[in-house]
Parts: sequence; C-alpha cells; structure tokens
Amino acid sequence: MPLAVLASSGMQGGGPETAVFWIFAPLAVLAALSMVFSRNTVHGALYLGGVMLILAVFYAAQSAPFLAFVQVIVYTGAVMMLFLFVLMLIGVDSRDSLVETLKGQRFAGAVSAIGFLLLLFTGIAHASIHTSKGLHDVNFPAADASAKGGGGNVYEIAKLLFTRYVFAFEVTSALLITAALGAMVLAHRQRHEPKRTQRELMQARFKVGTHPTPLPGPGVYARHNAVDTPALLPDGSLSELSVPRAVALISQEHGREPRPSELGSSPTANDPASGKGQSQ
Amino acid sequence: MSPTYYLYLSAILFTIGALGVLLRRNAIVAFMCIELMLNATNLALVTFSRINGSLDGQIMAFFIMVVAAAEVVVGLAIIVAMFRTRRSASVDDTNLLKY
Repeated sequence: MPLAVLASSGMQGGGPETAVFWIFAPLAVLAALSMVFSRNTVHGALYLGGVMLILAVFYAAQSAPFLAFVQVIVYTGAVMMLFLFVLMLIGVDSRDSLVETLKGQRFAGAVSAIGFLLLLFTGIAHASIHTSKGLHDVNFPAADASAKGGGGNVYEIAKLLFTRYVFAFEVTSALLITAALGAMVLAHRQRHEPKRTQRELMQARFKVGTHPTPLPGPGVYARHNAVDTPALLPDGSLSELSVPRAVALISQEHGREPRPSELGSSPTANDPASGKGQSQ
Repeated sequence: MSPTYYLYLSAILFTIGALGVLLRRNAIVAFMCIELMLNATNLALVTFSRINGSLDGQIMAFFIMVVAAAEVVVGLAIIVAMFRTRRSASVDDTNLLKY
C-alpha cells in the first residue's frame, strides 16, 4: 500500500528527508519570490502552483500523506485552476501600475516584512524544540494493527475527524454551501434587456449592409498564418479587414514589423498605402 | 533532521506572502499571496503535529484547506464582479468608499 509506505518512517528523520528538504526548500523560497516579483500574472500563478507541489512533498516527508494528496488535489488541482480561469476571464494583460499611490509604501512594506521575518525567526529560535515525537506511533498504533488496512494516517485522521471534530466537520458543510451560493450571487449578472435572437442579429447586420458576410481570415493567401498577418487579396494587395483591430493594436504596441516573407513577393506589397501590415 | 527547519521555511514563505500583499496592486496577485500565507501556515501546523506526536495539527491544516477553498471561491467571484463594474483588477481602483 503506497500510502502506508509514504507514512512509514522510511523517509522520516534520516538522511533522505534532509536531502529532500535542502533540495526543495530553496526551490520553494525561489518560486515564492518569483511569484511576488514576476510581472506576468500567469507566470506568478504557475510559480505558486510549484510552491504548493513542493509543500505537498514536505507533507509527505512529515508523515502526513493524506494532507499531501489533498494538497495536490485541492490546491494545485482546484484552487490554481480557478485562479487561472479568472485570470483568463479578466485578461492576462492587466498589468500592475508602477506608480506608488502612497509615498514610500514599497520601502515601508519591505522593511516591515524583514522585521516580521526577524520576529518570527527569533520566536522559533527561542522555542525549545529539541526532540520531535514523530508520528509513527500515532499513525500506526498497536491497537489498530488488526484493523482493516492496518490503520495508517488516513484511518487515524478519519477516526479523529468523525469523533472529536465531527461538529466542526459538519459546520464546514454549511460554510461550503454558503460560499457556493455567495459566488453564484456575486457572479450573477442581471439581464436588463431581452436577449437578441439570431434573426434580429441577422436583420441588424443586413440593415447596415456594409459587410453582411464574415470577415476574411488572417493570413489567407499570405505566406504565414499568424493572426496579425494580413491576408493577401487576389490582386496582391493586403486586406485590412482580415486582421482584428485588437490584434493590430497589440502588434503596433510591440512595434512588430511584418517580415517580408509574410507579405509575399507581390509587387504591391511594397506600396506603403496598401495595407495595415505596411502602415505600421 | 530537526523539524525546526520546516518552521523556518514556513516563516519565510509567510513573510514572502505578506510582502506580496503589501507590494502588489493586482487583486489576483494579492489573492495568490494570501494563498501562499495560508499554505505556509499549513506547513507549520503539520510540523507542529509531528513535533507533538499527535494528529490534531493535521486536522487543523485540513480545516484550513477547506476554509481556503471557500475563501478562494468567494474572493475570485468578488474580483470578477469588481472587474465587471470597474474594468480593472487593481485594488487602487476600488476607492469609492474613500470619498
């Protein structure tokens, strides 16, 4: 049984655990720092996922296999996915402003963080923790050796959870239902006008009459199929309609010039007024 | 190996999370930093459980995970609602109560 192997003292207290700790602890600190200081929010989310996975390793090393698995499933599986989902919903390019609204806030924040760290360190150093009792006797008590599956961490946690902590456990369900309801209420949007049907949309499109058909796709007939490459029309000119306005704006922001190979070797491709790709 | 090292690591991670909440203005990043702080606390609790030789610390960590999951759901819903009205995920833009 892999859980029992994880929970047994094979990894605990000896050289393997020390090695695991000194390999993963610096990685965890590095990933956490990168999360705080990375400009890209998606990178930050991935770094946080890394920290959570490393913490799962530490739980496993400290004879808490149940929590290790819950950590992977709940945190990296559910919470981080929710974070990434909302990130994509809100827009990944929502950047932090670098303007300090409060004067000296960053400096004060860094100083207080360092002070807080020192405070915690002195507290831990002063605590007289010399021996640890370890969890092997708790995870595998002699009384449960005859139990189904031979006891183990999950079995013992279940015993505690459904006896001493059963009330807290039941209250948790109320909390979760309230949270789900709250999320539904907060994310719900009231529709103020009736939904437009497909027929109405079609009529509106034909009433204007400028472009009833779908717009041409980008890069069609050009040598490249990137979304910011304008399509080549049969007469060799570039079609401005084929590049979405948002994409054109982004490539303008990044100052990206279309490569000559993307434009094809048509004679009009060098005409500056012929298309969007050229006018940048 | 002394379990105290885990406590030091937990303290470092918690401080980094607090630093992120103080420094970053993007609501989602601040929220992720709060998650980091919760995780650091969980590590400390698991270590305490091992030091004391009892499983109560692990039960505490389990309940913290449940509460954190509920908190993430509501918090992200608030951020989405905020983004809908203000078109921004920056915590600086939600300052109407100031005036």
